[in-house]
Amino acid sequence: MATWIDRQKNVLDFTLSSLMRRKGKNLALLAVYTLLVFLMASVILATSAIRKEASIILREAPEMVVQRTVAGRQGPIPLAYLEKIRDIVGVISADGRHWGYYYDPVVGANYTLLVPPEKGPEPGTITIGPGVAAARLALPGEPLEFKTTSGTILELVVGDVLPDDSELVSSDLVLVSAQDFEAIIGPSDGLATDLVVRVANPRELSTIAEKIAERLPDTRIILRDEMLRTYDAVFSWRGGILALLFLGVVLAFGIVAWDKASGLSQEERREIGILKAVGWETADIILMKFWEGAVVSLSAFLLGVLLAYAHVFFFSARLFAPVLKGWAVLYPQFRLVPFIDASQITALFFLTVVPYAVATIIPSWRASVTDPDAVMKGLR
Amino acid sequence: MITLDRARKVFAQGKPNEFVALHETSLSIEADRLTVVRGPSGSGKTTLLSLIGCMARPTSGRIHVLGREITSLPERFLTEIRRRTFGFIFQQFSLIPGLTALENVILPAYPTGERRSSLEKRAAGIFELFDIVPKARARVEWLSGGEAQRVTIARALINDPAVIIADEPTAHLDSKLSREFMDTMGRLRREGRTVLIASHDPLVTEHPAVERVFHIRDGRIGAEGS
Repeated sequence: MATWIDRQKNVLDFTLSSLMRRKGKNLALLAVYTLLVFLMASVILATSAIRKEASIILREAPEMVVQRTVAGRQGPIPLAYLEKIRDIVGVISADGRHWGYYYDPVVGANYTLLVPPEKGPEPGTITIGPGVAAARLALPGEPLEFKTTSGTILELVVGDVLPDDSELVSSDLVLVSAQDFEAIIGPSDGLATDLVVRVANPRELSTIAEKIAERLPDTRIILRDEMLRTYDAVFSWRGGILALLFLGVVLAFGIVAWDKASGLSQEERREIGILKAVGWETADIILMKFWEGAVVSLSAFLLGVLLAYAHVFFFSARLFAPVLKGWAVLYPQFRLVPFIDASQITALFFLTVVPYAVATIIPSWRASVTDPDAVMKGLR
Repeated sequence: MITLDRARKVFAQGKPNEFVALHETSLSIEADRLTVVRGPSGSGKTTLLSLIGCMARPTSGRIHVLGREITSLPERFLTEIRRRTFGFIFQQFSLIPGLTALENVILPAYPTGERRSSLEKRAAGIFELFDIVPKARARVEWLSGGEAQRVTIARALINDPAVIIADEPTAHLDSKLSREFMDTMGRLRREGRTVLIASHDPLVTEHPAVERVFHIRDGRIGAEGS
């Protein structure tokens, strides 16, 4: 056993000195490799953290939302529909929600106005998201001006600013009272933006949805699972814009690995010839090349993942911010809660370290299975 | 000690560029002798040395080293024999640039799993023997021709082999260094090692330490002299 360990140590020792001898080339390789791992890991960490955050936020979301469609688009829904929904067996509650968008010409941004179902702000006051607060430099106690549908200016005092925890969805939010909402958006006249439905047994969701669709044919029903699936479709590594970026990086990695696999330099071939001639066997050469590949790829992997972690969780994934933050003008500060999907990091490990190690070993194996007498024949 | 029984080596067999490097050859090289294989360039000297040194297998025929038939051995065992039995000195020195003289010398012993400290100790003894101690930590590309030659001899001795094989060892040395080299080979022979040298340099073939000379031309061993 001690001999085995010493043999590994000796070979590793030679490998490290080999890497140091070609310092420039190997550092450049390490830098490119680290950059690729960094990009891939950033995508994986950012998307899994977003999906995690989205699932946490949506956990509190209603199981079912009912919207009315007018000419194929969402339109206000009569509150009278609530009775027809409440009659369905299995429905615990059904309520109307009032929300809409407000364009603020001062900062050129859209806010999302929402009337909370309970514990909403008093008339004349509002609670604003951190994005709105930052854009308008507004602090609690200060007034914000809104234009009403009648053309007058309504001053609403900021009562509170929402916490940063769920900034991804609350950045552009303005919570208002029902009275002020009607003044800004227009009278509701027995209409709501949409209806939220809670059911007793989640297994009955699809049955209840079918019944609602039957009774109210001008509505469409959105289930919470569908919203989660949408997040998944956008941010999963199989879908979305980030997947394109991911594919690009994988391709670049493939080119690096292919370049490595396509052959050894004359200098490396000569070295393998000498080593074989002085008594190294094929297995020793492969072991050396394995260590070489392992040192480069593991260093790049660890370095890349650490940098990606810092990039995503400490620097808010700045490189991907425009892609990740969606269409909103009021970009959230976007501090993601650190979350690592172990299975995806493992997948990244197998996608990067293993192919590289194999790519390093194959040409060495091809060079080392030849007879060592090439050195005797004057291989230079 | 080393015997060739109708050994033959053909390169690119069955192809249009087929080339017989060594015709059927039977010979025996005794232990504790300084033997020289003499012949012009392309005569098959290097091929003969490669076969004896377990670096290549004959196309046909058999080779025995220390009483063991090596022709049919798997690569692993062949390498083991090569490492333990033979020390090689190549025409081009074949040192690895970027490494120090010391690292080059202990390189053949790395796969044996011997501790590096013990290897370095052993190498230090050999460096002393060849008077190159101050060069141990120098990179090999900074060495003079004579120093590089002594480092290759030191490397050949690191595993304490019974046989030293040298292929055209004086091709890149001046007359003085060539004589020094042959003196060293004579010393190794007196220490009880078998020395086998391939050369067409008269400074080698006519050196007083040489005990036996085989002539080779066009891949055929000719008359034996001494």
